Amino acid sequence: MPSTQETTAQETTTGQLGIATGGPVLKEGVSLRVRRIGKVLLALSGVALALIWAFPVYWMVSSSLLSNTTLGKSTPTWFPSSGTLNNYRTVLADGRFFDALSVSLRVTLLTVFVVLIFAFLAALAISRFKFKGRKGFVLALLFIQMLPAEGLFIAQYKMMANAQLLNSVIGISVLYIAAVIPFTVWMLRGFVAGIPAELEEAAQIDGCSPTGAFFRVTFPLLAPGLVASGVYAFLQAWNEFTVALVIMQEPTSRTLPLWLRAFVEGSRAREIDWGAVMASSTLVAVPVIIFFLFVQGRMTSGLVAGAVKG
Amino acid sequence: MSVVTTIDAETGVTAREVNPRKRKIAPYLLIAPAIVMLVVAMGYPLGWQIYTSVHHYGLAQQFGKAAEFVGVDNFTTLFSSSTTWMVVIRSLVFCLVNAGLTLLIGLGAALLMKAVHKAVRLTIQIAMLLAWATPVTAAVTIWIWLFDWHHGVINWVLSHFWPSMVHFNWLGTPLGFYSVATLIVVWMSVPFVAFSIYAGLTQVPDEVMEAAQIDGATAWQRLTKITLPLIRPVLMIVALLQLIWDLRVFTQTRMLQDYQDPLNVDLLGTYIYRMGIGQSDFSMASAFSIFVLLLTIAVSWFYVRELIKEDN
Repeated sequence: MPSTQETTAQETTTGQLGIATGGPVLKEGVSLRVRRIGKVLLALSGVALALIWAFPVYWMVSSSLLSNTTLGKSTPTWFPSSGTLNNYRTVLADGRFFDALSVSLRVTLLTVFVVLIFAFLAALAISRFKFKGRKGFVLALLFIQMLPAEGLFIAQYKMMANAQLLNSVIGISVLYIAAVIPFTVWMLRGFVAGIPAELEEAAQIDGCSPTGAFFRVTFPLLAPGLVASGVYAFLQAWNEFTVALVIMQEPTSRTLPLWLRAFVEGSRAREIDWGAVMASSTLVAVPVIIFFLFVQGRMTSGLVAGAVKG
Repeated sequence: MSVVTTIDAETGVTAREVNPRKRKIAPYLLIAPAIVMLVVAMGYPLGWQIYTSVHHYGLAQQFGKAAEFVGVDNFTTLFSSSTTWMVVIRSLVFCLVNAGLTLLIGLGAALLMKAVHKAVRLTIQIAMLLAWATPVTAAVTIWIWLFDWHHGVINWVLSHFWPSMVHFNWLGTPLGFYSVATLIVVWMSVPFVAFSIYAGLTQVPDEVMEAAQIDGATAWQRLTKITLPLIRPVLMIVALLQLIWDLRVFTQTRMLQDYQDPLNVDLLGTYIYRMGIGQSDFSMASAFSIFVLLLTIAVSWFYVRELIKEDN
């Protein structure tokens, strides 16, 4: 809620403005009140918007702490004051969560590692060199980045089946790497281009080799760009559902998103245990949300600097 | 793209000599790994898909019989089916409604963030970040619970106003199904749009707005005649991205279909999935995939043009 001090301060300015432009003095008091009411209404709708947007996440965490009997009552329980961690015990009991966690970690780390190297090299090429085919390459990247996974996943499925790479970490990582590379190259290109080549030249005049100048001067300055790209690749691979659905069909090779869906499916066979289902959603979502909140400032500035401005 | 090329023009002037031939092949070596990955994971499947779409690929071919070339027969069969056209039309309508709602709400949220006090703005931003950060599978699961016909909180609230909403089965009718899918998509997409537009709004100079106010422009006039034209580049880019993303919605519909007889609610992605993975009809799935890719590229063309424009 706005503090009263600031509201009055703003109103004084607008009030003065009205006088300066010769606004009708008589109406001043009325318009002041209208303005104040308007401010309060705006603030209230802002809070309402925030509540609506945050509610689903709150409801997930709250339900995950309640027993199925409590959730089945005819009136919703708004605060989980009688909450326990029993649902989490149920969910973690059979160990499948940890299997999926391990698959997800391996796929994601492999993807991030390879993407960073390959995308960085390509970004270097398009922002530091002039070469034939450069424009075509950039255009191709921009278009490939927009291609929907559903437009290719049947063919990718057949390819992986022929290569005996269904249900393998390597197989799906190859697809993820290719899916993430175009955008990361485009993003990193902005960062590389943002570092003046003169810096490198200065280092070379001071006696560095071109490679040395690059690694001692440009590379450290690129760290924020690499972090932003790494975070982007991480979130893409960690949350991906579509391609995983067709490539990782074996129960033992499920990634976390697939595990979550399978868990709900399994619960549906009986009456759905919503408490346990929400506990499993929380296990999948909350680490990502915390990570996202932690890095987002850096991420968005990276996205803007790299992708929008250039 | 003007920032690019200083080095190779100027390394000649610097202390060390660089072999010009090395300079020439260096960029190709640098992009090679990325290109190899793209060719393996996308180029090859795309080639296979084009090949398969013009061949008959049925059960016999599963067991090794060579596929027979049939030209555009698969496409003709596919697009003479009313099911296909229904899927296409539904997807286009779904895409337009979702993108439209997302943009409107996103714009509204951004304007609200600009208008309110810092503390309220921060509250909105944190709430939006929560929705943005939630993995899509978790988001769908949460919304299914919110809309649960028996114990869901949404039916509980609605039943206070419309008693008939007690135990209303949202996922039991196509319209209910698309409404739930739309809510999930909009909830997840608005934050990105709101943040991008808000970033654009902060670039609009205050003096311009003050000048317009002094000249007697109403709030509505200031919005439509000054603010919106000034942030047009941002609006264009988020609108096009939203169109492309909403055309390819898959996870939400696929997961919601677990709860509903799926035949009459397919959108583009789930239709391909059903033909390809469900029925192993690779020719039809490939033909339709190519159609979807072309459709996406057509929309993307405008987006890429905007990006290149921004870049220059």
